[in-house]
Amino acid sequence: MVLKIGKYQFNSRLLLGTGKYPNFDVQKEAVDVSETEVLTFSVRRMNIFEPSQPNFLEKLDVEKYTLLPNTAGAQTAKEAVRIAKLAKASGLCDMIKVEVIGCQKTLLPDPVETLKASEELLKEGFTVLPYTSDDVLLAKRLEELGCHAIMPGASPIGSGQGIINPLNLSFIIEQANVPVIVDAGIGTPSDAAIAMEMGADGVLLNTAVSGAKDPVKMAKAMKLAIEAGRLGFEAGRIPKKRYATASSPVEGMSLV
Amino acid sequence: MNVIVNGEHVEIPKNVATVSNLLQHFELDQKVVIVEWNATILEKADHQETRVSDGDRIEIVHFVGGG
Repeated sequence: MVLKIGKYQFNSRLLLGTGKYPNFDVQKEAVDVSETEVLTFSVRRMNIFEPSQPNFLEKLDVEKYTLLPNTAGAQTAKEAVRIAKLAKASGLCDMIKVEVIGCQKTLLPDPVETLKASEELLKEGFTVLPYTSDDVLLAKRLEELGCHAIMPGASPIGSGQGIINPLNLSFIIEQANVPVIVDAGIGTPSDAAIAMEMGADGVLLNTAVSGAKDPVKMAKAMKLAIEAGRLGFEAGRIPKKRYATASSPVEGMSLV
Repeated sequence: MNVIVNGEHVEIPKNVATVSNLLQHFELDQKVVIVEWNATILEKADHQETRVSDGDRIEIVHFVGGG
């Protein structure tokens, strides 16, 4: 089963961020072992007086990946649209992670501006993946606009708190007719596995890998957790029961 | 000629006539960069024919790591 987002298809359900790795070599190795096919990154002013500064893109074989720039830094729909258009003008990508932050302390997304930016970018022909809170109705509204995937946060960006509102997340997953990518807040492989077991279509994470003591090992762990969680979801878990049910047969007990 | 690049006033030589020349001047022509010229975002194909004039406001952005 592949992950389909708009016109794109992926075998991997892990989308990986490229921020805050100890160095580009560790990053490259982590990206390699994660087997991700989608990389996120940001758009920033260049230091024109230091043209020789290395860029993370130069270390990676960009052709191998689908690039998912974000609009991080935007606080309004207008700013997000501008950043998205700048990214697209590179000629390297037409997917965009709409990220409009409404609060600098919690880094929670501004729902109104996110909705506005998504609408505008859909009109412009982008493949739009909005980062949103775990608000169920907002997720629905974003889908109705035509967004190609919905990306609810598990918990605040970079907090590593895991899934703090599994109920809302399960409602979002249940109602969605487009892929749901759990984005932000994942701390451990088990967090990612739980998201996938719940039926999420993918997981987008960054700090959980880049900030780990061994990012390369964690990248592998996340890959395996996401695969395991997905397989578990597809296999279908057993119902929970209040009392025990023996796994061993009860027939022939007197022979023991 | 004086232009504003990424918010800073920069003096550039007279032979810098186009956005392509400007990128060469800053040794950025081999890099993945995106140029916004007087609030207009340029496609790569436009760099060659977009002329740079005194007082232009130019933004040069690139991709950096992020999540």
